[in-house]
Amino acid sequence: MMLEVEGLTRPGLNPAFLHLAAGECVAVSGPSGAGKTLLLRAIADLDPNEGRVSLDGALRESFSGPAWRCQVTYMAAEPGWWAETVAQHFRHWPGLSGMASRLGLQAEVGAAPVARLSTGERQRLALLRALEGEPKVLLLDEPTAALDAVACHGVEALLSQALGNGVAILLVSHDRAQADRLAGRHLLVEAGCVREEGA
Amino acid sequence: MSYIQLDMIDLALAGLLVLANAGLSLWLQLGLERRMLIAAARMVVQLSLVGMVLKALFLAVSPLWTGLAALAMIAFAGHEILARQDRRFGGWWAYGLGTGSMLLAAGLVTIFALTTQLRPDPWYHPQYAIPLLGMVLGNTMTGISLGLQTLTGAVVDQRVAIEARLALGVAAGEAVLPAMRKALKAAAMPIVNAMGTTGLVSLPGMMTGQILGGVDPAQAVKYQILIMFLISGGTAAGAVTAVTLGARRLFDQRQRLRLDRLG
Repeated sequence: MMLEVEGLTRPGLNPAFLHLAAGECVAVSGPSGAGKTLLLRAIADLDPNEGRVSLDGALRESFSGPAWRCQVTYMAAEPGWWAETVAQHFRHWPGLSGMASRLGLQAEVGAAPVARLSTGERQRLALLRALEGEPKVLLLDEPTAALDAVACHGVEALLSQALGNGVAILLVSHDRAQADRLAGRHLLVEAGCVREEGA
Repeated sequence: MSYIQLDMIDLALAGLLVLANAGLSLWLQLGLERRMLIAAARMVVQLSLVGMVLKALFLAVSPLWTGLAALAMIAFAGHEILARQDRRFGGWWAYGLGTGSMLLAAGLVTIFALTTQLRPDPWYHPQYAIPLLGMVLGNTMTGISLGLQTLTGAVVDQRVAIEARLALGVAAGEAVLPAMRKALKAAAMPIVNAMGTTGLVSLPGMMTGQILGGVDPAQAVKYQILIMFLISGGTAAGAVTAVTLGARRLFDQRQRLRLDRLG
């Protein structure tokens, strides 16, 4: 297994068990406030939590915090920006023009101030930013919530390609059809409890 | 040195001005007269006490009593830093961070000046040590409290941006750097501005005091320049210490942002 999570717990989350194989997508759904974001943040080690989490058999504690998050990258529903222009948020923006255009983003967007972009553009850029680091596991919190159908299709195509390259994805999505298209298994989060759908 | 001594009648005459203020307040119904008189009385009592303490310290020239007086000043200043924070660290950090940074910075700068430039005999002579510490302390206190106030405010404001970088695997030290820069700039501004306008807009109190005391203005100016340099050194050292430790405290061993550590 690529990512194994055993008894992961934190305030607001009962001990959770889940696993992801390389190239596998698992969808996470559940009502708002049930703990989906808490689960993803705990796996990324962004908040204090307890439990056994490992990547390719190596325990999370054997990585530094940043090294773990390089490999297991969380993308928030409302991504943050720390510099003025788009390109400043990437290691090498010109190298991403191919992927950007597949998401309907022109290369010129790189010079644009972040403040002038739409919510949907920011969400797609945040996904590109996460993919640029070439993580092994992606934890995506509603990555298409602000997107129209065309842009949504572009994102799904890019995610399918990442899955084909062996990236494992934990996908929080309210869109059942999207979850069915991308994911083989479904997890349900309700009142802080994580369980496999149908189990 | 020659200076004109003041007696009680001189002070009483000047005190009439405060009474006149109180009368004015009554006449114009400002409602300030009570507070004004209490504040004036407090000032007289506090300064007289300080005068007595200083006189006793100067007579004793004791390292122990001088040191205790210095620590008491630092403790009060630490309390003032705490009072100026909107967001405080939890537990001992709230008081310890500002006070510790100030103790380190103001202490080092004062000892530096006493042992290399002023060189009184003995080096801890309270006539030099206490006023010097007081001036360095007052400004270091402002720098540290501005630095910490700006740091915690900036990190709270930039929380989403900082966490976005952490999530991408950026180290905490790098993610918090913009907030630290903002904090250090805020801490340095007052002394930079003060150095730029001193002599044009304002005549510093210490310099004018020395001139009133009969010191040659050229010497008084040299003293003032020394003090300004010491203040800028102390402010920088104190602010860098407090902001660096404060920024560290906002992250844990796993380099997660821990805003829960702000009370």
